[in-house]
Amino acid sequence: MNDLIDRTDTGSLRVAAPVAFVDVVKRFPGGTTALDGISLELAPGELVALLGPSGCGKTTALRVLAGLERADEGHILIDGVDVIGTPTNKRDIGMVFQSYSLFPHLTSLQNVEFGLRMRGVAAAERRRRAAEALELVGLDHHGARYAHQLSGGQQQRVALARALVTRPRVLLLDEPLSALDAKVRVQLREQIRGIQTELGITTVFVTHDQEEALAVADRVAVMRAGRIEQIGTPEELYARPASAFVADFVGLSNRLPGTVAEGAVIVGTQRLPLIDPAVAAGAAIALVRPEDVVFAAAGDADARPAVVLTTSFLGSLRRTRVRLDDGAELTVQHEVGRHPVPGEAVHVRLTARPVAVAPA
Amino acid sequence: MSGMPGATRTGVPTPSRLARWGILGTVGLLFAVPIVAMVEFTLRRGLEGGYSLDRWITVLTFDLGPEYRVLGQAIGNSLILAAATVALMLVLLVPTMIVVQLKLPQLRRVLEFVCLLPISIPAIVLVVGLAPVYGVISRAAGSGVWTLALAYGIIVLPFAYRAVQSNLDAIDVTTLTEAARSLGASWPTVIARVLLPNLRPGLLAGAFISVAVVLGEFTIASLLNRQNLQTALVIVQKDDPFIAVIVTLISLLVAVGLLLVIGAIGRGTTRRTS
Repeated sequence: MNDLIDRTDTGSLRVAAPVAFVDVVKRFPGGTTALDGISLELAPGELVALLGPSGCGKTTALRVLAGLERADEGHILIDGVDVIGTPTNKRDIGMVFQSYSLFPHLTSLQNVEFGLRMRGVAAAERRRRAAEALELVGLDHHGARYAHQLSGGQQQRVALARALVTRPRVLLLDEPLSALDAKVRVQLREQIRGIQTELGITTVFVTHDQEEALAVADRVAVMRAGRIEQIGTPEELYARPASAFVADFVGLSNRLPGTVAEGAVIVGTQRLPLIDPAVAAGAAIALVRPEDVVFAAAGDADARPAVVLTTSFLGSLRRTRVRLDDGAELTVQHEVGRHPVPGEAVHVRLTARPVAVAPA
Repeated sequence: MSGMPGATRTGVPTPSRLARWGILGTVGLLFAVPIVAMVEFTLRRGLEGGYSLDRWITVLTFDLGPEYRVLGQAIGNSLILAAATVALMLVLLVPTMIVVQLKLPQLRRVLEFVCLLPISIPAIVLVVGLAPVYGVISRAAGSGVWTLALAYGIIVLPFAYRAVQSNLDAIDVTTLTEAARSLGASWPTVIARVLLPNLRPGLLAGAFISVAVVLGEFTIASLLNRQNLQTALVIVQKDDPFIAVIVTLISLLVAVGLLLVIGAIGRGTTRRTS
C-alpha cells in the first residue's frame, strides 16, 4: 500500500482532520473587507470548493486558512485546535498554487523531497517517499527533470505530489488548474479528485470555474463580496439555488419577468412553482434553466412563438438562442438531432419545474 | 531579408546590416584605439627603437624593484576593499531588497530611487559630503583602508541594485516563499535554501560588477587620502609610466574577464528560466 495513504510522520494512523472557519473577518488596508464574517465547516476527508467571481474573497479565505494572511477576527480550527496564531510552516498543510511554484533550482524529485527535508526525514526514506508521491501523480520517470523541462500540467502534478508527500492534515488548492489548457485541466481535475478520495484528505479547492467546482467537490460554497452566499452539494446548488446570484453564477439561467403569487411565479400564461415558496408576492424575475425551456408544437398549450437567433453545437447537446414575440430572449438547451436555423419561426414553452426568482 | 531595414514583430524598426556593422565598427574603434596605443607604448624599447616584451615579463614575473612595493600593497588594499564592499552589499542590500519585495512592495520605488541616486552624484560632490563623516569614522574606528568600503558600498549601489532586482523580477519570489513556508520551512530556511540559490546569478553579477567598480575607483580614495590600485598607479606612473600602463591593462583585462563571467551567468539564467 502506498505510504501516503495510511500513516503520518509519527507513524500513527492517519485520521483526516476537520476544518472550520468561525466568523472570520479579513480587512485589507484601504478599507476593503475581503472576508465578512464567514463560517464554514469541513468534515474530515471532505472536498469543499470555494466558488465565486474575482474579488469575492475565496483566495483570501484559503490564504487565511494557510496562515499566509492574518485574520482580523474569528477563528480557524484544524482538528479542533485554533491555529489563528500558528505560523504557516507549523500548520501542517499542503498547498498547490495557481502560478507554477516549483523551486527552479531543484529537480522534481528534490522539490517533492523538500517538505520531508524540513521535517528532518532521513535521506533514504525521503527519496523513497518522494518517488512514491511522484508515482502517485504518474510522473515517476520525471524525477530528474527541472521545472523548465516540464509542461504546465506536469509542473502542477509535481506540485501536488510535493504538497501530499508530507501527509498534511489539510490540502489547499488555489486555482491549480487555471493556467492549464482545457483538456489538461479536465484530466488533472479528475486525477486530483481520484487522489483526494484515495487519500481521504480534507481539501479546500478554490476556483472561479463553476463546472470545475461542480465536477470535483463534495460540497460547493458560493461566495460573494466576502460572504458565503450558499453552501451545498453540486446538485443542491444547481437545482435549488438560494438566491438569484447563485442561480446566475452556477449554471445558465434565462431571466423572465413574472409575478409571484401563492407560492408560484406566473410567466406569460404559465404558472411555475417556486423553489422557495416564502418569496413575497409581487413582480419578480423568474430564473429558468435552459433545459427547462423546450421547443413545442404551434398548437400546444402555453406555446409561445419565437424566432431563432443563433445555435451552438456543444458535443452532447445544442443551445439555441431565440427571441419571443414580446422581445425577450431565451436560451433553449436541446438534443443535437434538432437543427434550428437562424431566422426560423419556432414555438417554445417552459417546463413546470420549480424555479428561483430575483427581485424585479 | 535580414540585411534589409525593416520592423520586428513588435513593430520596432531595426537598422540594416550595413548600419549595424557601421555602428559596431565605430564603437569598436573608439575602444580599440587607446588600448592598442597603450599596448604599443608598453612594448617600445625607448631611444634605441624597436619592440620588446621585457617590461611585461618583468611585471608578470613580479620581478619589480622595491620602489614598486607600493603597487603590491595597493593591489592588496583594492582586493580587501572589493571583498568588504561585496560583503556589505550581500549583508545589507540583498536582505533589504528581499524584505521590500515580499513585505513592503509599496516601498520598492523609494528603494530604487535611493539606490540609483549615487549614479547621478559626481564623486567629488560625494567626497565633500563624506569628508566630515570620515573624520568621525577615523576617530571611532581608525583610518584603515577597509573604511573606504563604506563609501564604495554607496557608489556600487546602482549597479548591484539593478543586477539583483532584475533577478528578483525574473523569479516569482512571493509564490516560491509561500510554497516553501507551506512545506514547513522557517524564514532563514526560505532565504538560504530557496531564495539565495535562485538569486545566485543576480548576486554573482552584482558582486562582479562591484569588484570591477572598486578596482577602477580613484577619486574617493585620492581625496580621502587612502591608497588603492588607482592611486598607486598615479604614483608609479611618475617613476615608470610603462609599468603603470601595463598594470592598467592587466586590471582592464580582469574587469573584462569579470564582465564575460557575468554574461555567461546571464545566459545560463535565461536558459533555466525560459
